[in-house]
Amino acid sequence: MRFTEVLAFAVRGVTANKLRSALTTLGILIGVASVILLIAVGNGASVSVQQSIAGLGTNVLTISPQRAQAGSSARPLTVDDATALADPVEAPAVKSASPVVSTSATAAHADVSHSVSQFLGTDPAYFETTNSAVAQGSPFSADDVAQGRKVVVIGATVATELFPGAAPVGQTILVNNIPFTVVGVLASKGSSGLQDADDTAVAPLSTVRNALTGYGSLSQIVVQATGPDALTAAQAQVTTILDGRHGIGFGGTADYRVLSQEQLLTARTATTDTFTVLLAAVAAISLLVGGIGVTNIMLVTVTERIREIGIRKAVGARRSSILGQFLLEATMLSLFGGALGVAAAFIGAQFTIAGITPVIVPSSVLLAFAVSALIGLFFGSYPAGRAARLRPIEALRHE
Amino acid sequence: MTPAIEVRDLRKTYGSGDTAVHALRGLDLTVDRGEYLAIMGASGSGKSTLLNVLGCLDVPTSGRYLLDGIDTAEFGEAQLGLLRNRKIGFVFQSFNLIPRTTALANVELPLVYAGVRRAERRLRANAALRLVGLAERAHHRPNELSGGQQQRVAIARALVTGPAIVLADEPTGNLDTRSSQEVMGILDRLHASGRTVVLITHEDDVAAHANRVVRVVDGRIVENRFTGVLA
Repeated sequence: MRFTEVLAFAVRGVTANKLRSALTTLGILIGVASVILLIAVGNGASVSVQQSIAGLGTNVLTISPQRAQAGSSARPLTVDDATALADPVEAPAVKSASPVVSTSATAAHADVSHSVSQFLGTDPAYFETTNSAVAQGSPFSADDVAQGRKVVVIGATVATELFPGAAPVGQTILVNNIPFTVVGVLASKGSSGLQDADDTAVAPLSTVRNALTGYGSLSQIVVQATGPDALTAAQAQVTTILDGRHGIGFGGTADYRVLSQEQLLTARTATTDTFTVLLAAVAAISLLVGGIGVTNIMLVTVTERIREIGIRKAVGARRSSILGQFLLEATMLSLFGGALGVAAAFIGAQFTIAGITPVIVPSSVLLAFAVSALIGLFFGSYPAGRAARLRPIEALRHE
Repeated sequence: MTPAIEVRDLRKTYGSGDTAVHALRGLDLTVDRGEYLAIMGASGSGKSTLLNVLGCLDVPTSGRYLLDGIDTAEFGEAQLGLLRNRKIGFVFQSFNLIPRTTALANVELPLVYAGVRRAERRLRANAALRLVGLAERAHHRPNELSGGQQQRVAIARALVTGPAIVLADEPTGNLDTRSSQEVMGILDRLHASGRTVVLITHEDDVAAHANRVVRVVDGRIVENRFTGVLA
């Protein structure tokens, strides 16, 4: 018996009950499409985080305070620490060190108000260190910091929220009811998936401490190394200086933490990886549920047709041609459903989902497609194989 | 000449232990080529089991079954399939046509499994349908045919491969008188053309078509009566 004959039987079997075939296909379609799409969303978030972190600059160290261990007192990070780190003799690998305080604040202009998630106080070197280009206007100057002038450079999101369709530079905004003059607008850095990097505002350190945060510990010291190669040396020098100033002995636990962009990237990537795994798990469950649906329909299809199998065997069909027919039917349904699912996922990936542009992972396409094909094959072949082994009379008597 | 069918001490038991049902208890039967045999008996007498074994649809628990002098016990599953396909045409009481499939495709089915090419298949299937008087119904599905027509399609399917033996399990059991007469007329013609025909029936007027009638009681043959001229 030729393959084309078996194929013809299988095609007839699939088209004999169009609704059921369509529902089977739909189950696989949804499973495959959701796996590919959800993994693509997770991957898209991860890619955008990496891009935004890479945009911060490659030769930057971030020092942040760390809570003290029990029994020892933690010294806060101070402006003096930052000044000491910028010492060209003690720390030749450090180009600049910007003290940063961070808070959230409500900014208002006219009758529009907006909650700025990151309102920073720092010095002018911060802009260069963190690759924060000023698109309109100019950054504030060292003189602004020294004089404590109420000037601010706002992020792109803040600009569009407060000044829709208008030029913000030169305007006055109220930050927690204190008037600040907008001197510049930062170029957009885009969303990092979990956090909007443009929802920010940068003002002189002295002004922010005076008006908003008070004179407590710094949130961060952002250190720029002289070059990417000097990063390791800079990290060692920073650690030596801060250990000395904070009285941390050999083997003691530091009350601060130094992170390079690379380490930050790793940490953030780990976060989004968790996110991706979570999404993939949800998607896998949907594929599994789809698979169970397919199994169910395959079982019903085969059971319902045991008499037909008996008839075919009675007129001389071999076990292999029966098995071949049902395997082909299952394969056609799952391949068709899988192909439609891949197509649906590629169409879905053209849209932005929850603020994230999905980036399809090629291996997920293969995986989802293969899993769906295997589900169809396995759960189609098992009952078909059992039915094909029946003696003809047993199959014919089946109710 | 080798008999078409030779059965020796045939036993078939369903289940085991106390609940075992003995459908056939050491049955002997010889059917010569060209014979027209009717098997009669009450329901539960084992006559259907006998016919299923003769048609290679079921295997006996013990005993020998020689088909054309060949012992079927030596045959594997694939060879039994070949045997059913080439040597035996089986007609069921409940027709057993494949639903949602045209009469022509149903008749072609044995030829597909025999590996016959499409063009020749069509030719032979149409010829078989003409023989049972259903040429113009070739493209109807079973649910568009009457019971008598369905049974005639089933007979066409049984004879399309040109088998030497036609087995019919109560072929008129589900049919009205007129359809029964048509079906029996076709079986008579098959016998007249030299085929061995074995059928099961409850009805005496159906059995009257045969040359010989055997009566099965409790899995054994108790009566063997020649009614017509021996072929």
